[in-house]
Amino acid sequence: MTLRPVSDRSLLVSFGDEISPEAHREVVRLTRGLAGAPGILNLHPAFASVLIDFDPRLGDHAAVAAQVRERLDAPAESGAVERRVVEIPVRFGGDAGPDLDAVARNAGLAPERVVERFCAARFEVSFVGFATCFPYLSGLPPELATPRLGAPRKRVPEGSVAIGGRQAGVYPLASPGGWRLIGRTPLALFDRHGEPPPLLRMDDRVIFVPEGRR
Amino acid sequence: MNRIRVVSSGLLTTVQDLGRFGWAHFGVSASGAADALALRAGNLLVGNAENAAALEMTLAGGEFEFESPAVIALTGSDFGAGLPLWSAVEVKAGETVRCGPTRSGARCYLAVRGGLATPRAMGSASVHVATGVGGRQLRKGDVLPIGEGAVRKPRAGQEAPPAGERAGVLRVTRSAQADWFGDELYRSAYTVTEESDRMGLRLRGDAVPSPAGHMLTEGVPLGAIQAPPDGQPIILFVEHQTTGGYPKPACVISADFWRLGQLRPRDELRFERLEMERAMELLREQEKWLQGLV
Repeated sequence: MTLRPVSDRSLLVSFGDEISPEAHREVVRLTRGLAGAPGILNLHPAFASVLIDFDPRLGDHAAVAAQVRERLDAPAESGAVERRVVEIPVRFGGDAGPDLDAVARNAGLAPERVVERFCAARFEVSFVGFATCFPYLSGLPPELATPRLGAPRKRVPEGSVAIGGRQAGVYPLASPGGWRLIGRTPLALFDRHGEPPPLLRMDDRVIFVPEGRR
Repeated sequence: MNRIRVVSSGLLTTVQDLGRFGWAHFGVSASGAADALALRAGNLLVGNAENAAALEMTLAGGEFEFESPAVIALTGSDFGAGLPLWSAVEVKAGETVRCGPTRSGARCYLAVRGGLATPRAMGSASVHVATGVGGRQLRKGDVLPIGEGAVRKPRAGQEAPPAGERAGVLRVTRSAQADWFGDELYRSAYTVTEESDRMGLRLRGDAVPSPAGHMLTEGVPLGAIQAPPDGQPIILFVEHQTTGGYPKPACVISADFWRLGQLRPRDELRFERLEMERAMELLREQEKWLQGLV
């Protein structure tokens, strides 16, 4: 683990520079451990790091670093935390998934096989970040990994289910984006008038189901 | 309840407070006033808590009719309202405050005694323009309720604005990938482009070579300077994404965040490096200035 000041009001805690289950566990543990801690304004978990924004009027890097060490030195909670499993209905291909054929060509598979393998996979929310309620999903079958578009689309529709390199994700809101769109879900990942937690949270398990086959 | 009627909205006028905190792990950035120092000062001058909701006007302001007597303060840049800035001012029932195009920086704040009582989302009245969280930009005909949240008497007399307005220098400290970069960022001036908004200030100037090192997407703080592949720096602003994959040589210091909110397209700026300890000292000095308004 390394601790680095990255601004005069934030500290970056890194657990290596590779995506791994061990790093993910530490990220989840630290994010949960520090939630609501005094003087801490925001936590930005990612694949193998947590950025901590603090109020510089109430503390400094050393004080926050001490809180981090205290949380990580505490014994892990005994007993497994029950993880939520969220099923997401998806309409694949066609207008809903304009890049399904490109993903299939890249994988050397028929589009139907891509859908089968995507729906057989057990995904996990590595973290929620980048844009409002955007889930980064790990667990994509390696043969479905597809490079991002060379030039991002100006507008990706809300609910688009997408592949970006070795990750999968769902766009909670219409936005620009460079991931490959393979389908769309009617589920709302975000309610602009409500409060998070959104539909998908860090550490949830996720299964995609072709629409009409639930 | 007393109200403000929006006679004309201006270019981009939104309700802002100091932002929504505690939701970044759901991808929700803090948002909040682009020049938080001006917003806080305005609130203190009219006797509000510093976090009360107020109007943020951008480049060209609107016209606002007050249905009943009110105490307001205009802070930030001069939008030609013909009222003293950085001062608590009484307005009469039926009076209209008319703001126009800026005569100095990018943003002017109108704080009203009692604060705006617009709906809150996730604990904040701040409008996140890009997603619509917290509402939308104001339109002609909107009516804004005024709250009763004043906590002390308005301050008498006019205050001096914070020193060094539009000085063209942004002070920074090292950020996460500082070791990857040389001193390209500090060699020449950069121009703020028209593509800048509350999400990010996009700069144009000598390229900051972006090293092809391995990095995973990681959390990014307010004010971080990203170097994307084309080498043209982007300063992450109040509506910034919560994580990003571009390397960051530096981050703007907290004491200069307000300057970011006052930068206009085509403004020129230079970056100056500071040690962390000095950055925190400058913030303490700024806080002392602000507390002097209480």
